[in-house]
Amino acid sequence: MELPADVKKRLTLPFEEHFYAGHTACQGCGAALGLRYVLKAYGGKAIFTIPACCSTIIAGPWPYTALNAPLFHTAFETTGAVISGIEAALKAKGYKVKGEDGIMVVGWAGDGGTADIGLQALSGFLERGHDALYIMYDNEAYMNTGIQRSSSTPYGAWTTNTPGGKKHFLEQRPKKKVIDIVIAHKPAYAATASVAYPEDFMRKLKKAQTIKGPSFIQLFAPCPTGWRSPTDKSIEIARLAVQTAYFPLFEYENGKYKINMPSPNKEPKPLEEYLKLQGRFKYMTKEDIEILQEWVLKEWEELKKKAELFG
Amino acid sequence: MPKKVVSGNYAAAYAAKHARVEVVAAYPITPQTSIIEKIAEFIANGEVENLQYVPVESEHSAMAACIGASATGARAFTATSAQGLALMHEMLHWAAGARLPIVMVDVNRAMAPPWSVWDDQTDSLAQRDTGWLQFYAENNQEVYDGVLMAFKIAEHEKVNLPVMVVESAFILSHTYDVVDMPEQEEIDEFLPPRKPLYTLTDFENPFSVGALGTPADYYEFRYKIAKAMEEAKKVIKEVGKEYGERFGRDYSQMIELYKTDDAEIVFMGMGSLMGTVKEAVDMLRSEGYKVGAAKVRWFRPFPKEELYELAKNVEGIAVLDRNFSFGQEGILFNEAKGVLYNTDAKPIMKNYIVGLGGRDLTVNDVKTIAKNMREIIQKGKLDREIEWYHLKR
Repeated sequence: MELPADVKKRLTLPFEEHFYAGHTACQGCGAALGLRYVLKAYGGKAIFTIPACCSTIIAGPWPYTALNAPLFHTAFETTGAVISGIEAALKAKGYKVKGEDGIMVVGWAGDGGTADIGLQALSGFLERGHDALYIMYDNEAYMNTGIQRSSSTPYGAWTTNTPGGKKHFLEQRPKKKVIDIVIAHKPAYAATASVAYPEDFMRKLKKAQTIKGPSFIQLFAPCPTGWRSPTDKSIEIARLAVQTAYFPLFEYENGKYKINMPSPNKEPKPLEEYLKLQGRFKYMTKEDIEILQEWVLKEWEELKKKAELFG
Repeated sequence: MPKKVVSGNYAAAYAAKHARVEVVAAYPITPQTSIIEKIAEFIANGEVENLQYVPVESEHSAMAACIGASATGARAFTATSAQGLALMHEMLHWAAGARLPIVMVDVNRAMAPPWSVWDDQTDSLAQRDTGWLQFYAENNQEVYDGVLMAFKIAEHEKVNLPVMVVESAFILSHTYDVVDMPEQEEIDEFLPPRKPLYTLTDFENPFSVGALGTPADYYEFRYKIAKAMEEAKKVIKEVGKEYGERFGRDYSQMIELYKTDDAEIVFMGMGSLMGTVKEAVDMLRSEGYKVGAAKVRWFRPFPKEELYELAKNVEGIAVLDRNFSFGQEGILFNEAKGVLYNTDAKPIMKNYIVGLGGRDLTVNDVKTIAKNMREIIQKGKLDREIEWYHLKR
């Protein structure tokens, strides 16, 4: 479809779609939105590896696929290893990898498949320096399996195996900081991104395309089903996660940290604004909220310090 | 034809090199390590081109990386042993299910606990239902030939399944022997570059591999693997015959028969122990025993038809299993007996569990077994179905 020139001017993202209608994501799914942006960024010239996760289903059952790109479905814990093998094969066979005209090798895995069972393969991929991109879309639980906690689930969240109730059996551990673990490997490029800020995400995807070596993006992707939130609030929730500094946007490159907040000088909004939109946090007591708020601000200060020291 | 004195592991490494593998992803485990070390040496010395070597962080990832590479169209190779193979297990299903012709050498090693690094077939036989073809080598020459044939069979358009070439820990892996290696040009003629069934680089017609298979389709996917396994029997025989014509060593039989034509008693087994058995057959023959040996080269697909032909004409089969399925019996015995149930071939069959965890099976042991079998045949009655041959009492 050809767009009028004035509409084209207003577009900040590529118009072309490579993620087709008919995919089977839930309404308001952050992962589906994220996947759409990745496909837009690479214009179909990417090979995808998707392990067991929501996206296994979202892409569609055999013989269908919603992705206009080659896609290899693999076992839960293997994303890092499979993309390593794909990259090695491309090099062995003389294909151009990365760059504007090269092939992007993309691993697209959830937080369970990354922070937990897939952490070893992710570590191996980063450490060996493969020219590929690993995207962890973070919806903070094992959503496809029925909303069980992952190590990326935040303190105080309800999940089906941290169910709240009289005995207060909510998640008691803070969210695992996968991005810090990744940065400890000194990758070529690492960043956080959010579906609420697609231009920022797209810029980071483009960067991953130009940088030599392994890249990693942790994408914040709300899950209305698992978060017990209205389906039309996903973007608002994702935006608040950034504005409250619960999920700050930043990037790491060549040992340097750079914070990319929409309003860098503004103080973070109170965390409660973010929490109250989601049913998963409704069991939290006042004290719980204080504990989480304190953790978020402490982490935020730490990140600012890193950006100051290594900016 | 150039000859080299090499260990079983080096034979495997040379075969991978001569097959012009494009991606090797591997993790070290005793006694497999010298295979991947030798391949690294080839790269370091500039003896190979376009070979990507991925030193992964686990065997599970080794197979996953081979799967990614093979799906991208590359000829992929790895090697492992025992615990490493067990760790790979999940991905073995994935390789077969995605119809990827990966070739792997497994160095048969006993499973822990207790820790053991010595020969035992339980590791590979425990993978029998993963959809991999399995070739058991008797000696270093067969390791070499097996790897070259494995690629040709795996990549055959009617097969497209992964192949495991199995050799014994230390007995072959670390023992040096003369191995004939054809010239590279001759091998290139026998094994041209891979023509993949599909590749992930097809951006014109993008598709997905391994997507969700609903009850409406999953069943047919399994049937196609079953069918490919059946087809593989023909391909194995063809490739084995061609190999013989080109290089002088014929592998057209899935079960190698040794002096079985007039044999009353046949020793059946797999892998390196069959060398000992053949020697024992020669000695027993000179003592008047009518014995022969049947070496099962291919365990998957299982050579049912060849086994039936053999069983029709013998009185007793002694199945020597260097493995055991707890709660039942030796795995080869179990399979062989099962094959013959619905046929009119009903030789007396006895299962001897031998050599577990690297214990030697000597020529004298085979002689003792022959005597035992002769008594059984004379009486027409089994003393017992399973005998743990070396058991200390």
